[in-house]
Amino acid sequence: MLHTVNKSVFERNSLQSCLNTIDDSSVILLIEDGVISAAKHTKSALLADLAAAGRVFALQGDVEARGISSKLADNIKLVDYEGFVDLVVEHGTAVSWV
Amino acid sequence: MATKKFMYLNRKAPYGTVYALESLEVVLIAAAFEQDVSLAFIDDGVYQIVKDQNTDGIGMKNFSKTYHALGDYDINQLFVSAESLKERGLSADDLMPLVYEDEDDDWAEKPSVKIVSNAELKELMSEQDVCLSF
Amino acid sequence: MKISIQINEGPYQHQASDSAYQFAKAAIAKGHEIFRVFFYHDGVNNASRFTVPPQDDRNIVNQWAELDIKNAAGEPELVVCIAAALRRGMIDASEAGKNGIDGNNIHPAFRISGLGQLIEAGIQSERLVVFGD
Repeated sequence: MLHTVNKSVFERNSLQSCLNTIDDSSVILLIEDGVISAAKHTKSALLADLAAAGRVFALQGDVEARGISSKLADNIKLVDYEGFVDLVVEHGTAVSWV
Repeated sequence: MATKKFMYLNRKAPYGTVYALESLEVVLIAAAFEQDVSLAFIDDGVYQIVKDQNTDGIGMKNFSKTYHALGDYDINQLFVSAESLKERGLSADDLMPLVYEDEDDDWAEKPSVKIVSNAELKELMSEQDVCLSF
Repeated sequence: MKISIQINEGPYQHQASDSAYQFAKAAIAKGHEIFRVFFYHDGVNNASRFTVPPQDDRNIVNQWAELDIKNAAGEPELVVCIAAALRRGMIDASEAGKNGIDGNNIHPAFRISGLGQLIEAGIQSERLVVFGD
């Protein structure tokens, strides 16, 4: 499955709720304010293991728009909208943590 | 028409925003399509099916009674996150007693609400073909 | 692949419609089919033909219209939920007539229809992606 999270970890619990129910074969795509969760900060540890396993993506346009390109945590993979489409195609059912 | 597994993911409390009400409206329509429908109540979504809702003081329609109709529409898989309940100081007794009549068991009345762990939710979600979030 | 989209938020207030539009455009560019875009909750406001954004900003409604998402019968597959639309003052000519209202505001690239269209999109499409708040 592909889980999309569009809210910052500092604003809502969407990311935590997603992490509570994500299975071993699923990936996470951070979009919109969700990309804030991909930056290096006091909450980075939440995603560290999944990112190290290559399962955390962030939408490049949203990262750049928020000025955090140089502040990303380790192992976050950037994708553009076409990459977003590929993730939807490759990973089956999409779950949005809106 | 093929049958798919649809999950309706409800994570917001009722009344503060319209998502809960309009999610329920979709679910009622979905019943006519004879798909395999389940509802998940996670985070503040658990407040959608808490009992004793009374909207007299806010001038809004109390739509909580409508959840009782779901059983009549063969929608009887309402999964509630145990962790979300616990975090909020709630238990099974705080939820509406939603039931359905099981046609495969001489129309015995059975509970539609199942309280499930995150591990069970994980399993349920991974089986879905379509997940609609509200 | 056949993909459908659900949009829960209106234009400009939330990024949801912009994200969904960029996603849809990329999907089409990659040769996928957008079977239907279903506008629900405040998302119905994306269908207003009366939006006038500043000249230097994107026109979200027109962007959607230009994607020209239609079915084989030539009907728009930018579908606005009727119940959500009517309670928010979004109305087409036919519903305006029925309700005695002297105007209508649905852009011609969109059409109003029932919630069943969302369920049907889920059944007919291989993927359904939700954009919301």
